[in-house]
Amino acid sequence: MTSDSTVMVLGEDVTAGGPFGLTKGLVDGHGPQRVRNTPISEGAVMGVAVGLALGGARPFVDLMFCDFMTAASDQLFNHAAKIHFMSGGNYSVPLAVWTIGGGGTRWGAQHSQRLDAWISGVPGIKMIAPASPKLAAAAVLEATADPDPVVVFADRALLYSRQDLPGDSGSPWRSRVVRTGSELTVAATGRLVHLALDAAAAIGASAEVVDVQRLAPLDVEPVVDSVTRTSRLLVLHDEAGPGALAATIAAMVQDVAFWELDAPIARLPSPATPVPAAASLEDAYALDADDVAGAMKRLLQA
Amino acid sequence: MYEAMARIREFEELVARARAEGHLPGLLHLSTGGEAVAVGVLGLLGEHDRVYTSHRGHGHFLAAGEDPGALLAELAGRATGLCRGCGGSMHLMGRRVVLATGIVGGSLPIALGHALALPPDAVSIVFFGDGAVQTGVFHETLNLATLWRARVLFVCENNGWAEFTTRDEHTTVEAVTAHAQIYGMPAETIDGGDVLTVRAAAGRLLQHVRAGGPALLECQITRMRAHYEGDPRRSAAADPHDPMERLAATLVDDGERTATLAAVRRTATIAAERALADVLADPPASLHDTAQLVFSRQP
Repeated sequence: MTSDSTVMVLGEDVTAGGPFGLTKGLVDGHGPQRVRNTPISEGAVMGVAVGLALGGARPFVDLMFCDFMTAASDQLFNHAAKIHFMSGGNYSVPLAVWTIGGGGTRWGAQHSQRLDAWISGVPGIKMIAPASPKLAAAAVLEATADPDPVVVFADRALLYSRQDLPGDSGSPWRSRVVRTGSELTVAATGRLVHLALDAAAAIGASAEVVDVQRLAPLDVEPVVDSVTRTSRLLVLHDEAGPGALAATIAAMVQDVAFWELDAPIARLPSPATPVPAAASLEDAYALDADDVAGAMKRLLQA
Repeated sequence: MYEAMARIREFEELVARARAEGHLPGLLHLSTGGEAVAVGVLGLLGEHDRVYTSHRGHGHFLAAGEDPGALLAELAGRATGLCRGCGGSMHLMGRRVVLATGIVGGSLPIALGHALALPPDAVSIVFFGDGAVQTGVFHETLNLATLWRARVLFVCENNGWAEFTTRDEHTTVEAVTAHAQIYGMPAETIDGGDVLTVRAAAGRLLQHVRAGGPALLECQITRMRAHYEGDPRRSAAADPHDPMERLAATLVDDGERTATLAAVRRTATIAAERALADVLADPPASLHDTAQLVFSRQP
């Protein structure tokens, strides 16, 4: 915001720093014209951001919870995502959206979702899901500088994590191998990257772990490359049910690497239910280290 | 002004004929009956002002000086179209008319956002129908516009129809200006069929907007054709409120010759027909050229 005066922040409570402190102090340094609090009007606010972008600004929208993407979706999906194409390339929408998904807080179904497949399914949106602090910072900078709509999808479980990942000084735009191995490939996003690394160390398997951090357009190239060496693939995702983005990852890999595989691709998304509220229910719902280790072992035996 | 309105009228009549002949596939919503609003408001457009509109936007594009040939080529799906064939009638994007949208109410908040980025004194003008007044985003946008003292002129073309249903079946609030009054926004309801009335009211409200704050102009008009071209439920008919006839009557009263006005109409018709002939000779849009248009920069 200091180096580029066209950058603006919009969102609920942004002058107060937001519920998670994301925007703390920004209004003091840059003023209320550039750090605008908004009322609870996600639909219009996303549209305002589109208009600001068309007018030459670089808006950064803090969309608090990804569950509220539903309210903002018409402007993001039908307008921001489509304007460059519908205009024949005459207009661009340099819009950045920050949002948080995932559970572990007992906040229940409407404050704990991941909606990756839904968002990434609309052509015209770029989406990065960074899994370490360095990558998150890089993702925010890249999203703000990009000429197109970019969603930075932060994992709730990693909001205050200081855990680094191997090679995380690199670009947030490419999925990448974070652990080399030869017996199986584990593709994961967000907190599951860390879980996969822990599980691989715990079961003592030679597992190659790929951080699939560019979710739209989906970057599975390193996964394909890994599978040619390991012949087995497990895809983890916190998103619910068979429609989770894990399905698209698996299908894209299968399209080009079917003959490299020694076993069917295994997927481990969350159960196909809304996220429950009670601690006992949510703990049973969420993927944990045992779930991941168990899935890895089953794949090795398949 | 008669000439500007005639250009819109004859363009839309030509579009209706061309569609019936099979040259213009897709969904077309014509501005016939709205010429006085388009010309009355957009005749006051400044160099740095920007315009947003809806699925029924051809008239606004023409009144704002966009190229009719490029417009027609876009409707005909040509590579030479305003949007290279990627947008079509409902998603036109021009120079000063930034966006037409097929989502009712969709351009309201975008017009507001754009206004915030314009130079001082410049304004956003956004056209929408009375059907949009019942969308959530309409109310959200009016609230934000007044909260932020944004330089937006909201122009509602109230023709009493939202698609195939009349206004009284959509809302208990008859006057669109009632919503503006809730937010303390200056608002006027006028006869949108008289271009001189429209121009005067737009001038008054634009003065207010340029000074720093939104306003709403509700123009009562007649939708002289069906919701979309080809709708079997409804066909066009001559209308006693036809803005062309009303202006002609005023001009004739003031000494203008009927023959002169007829000549203006004929000239506009010929220009439109010539534009169509040119456009039909252009190559159709090609996916080869457009596949890379999803992003400005490939990730």
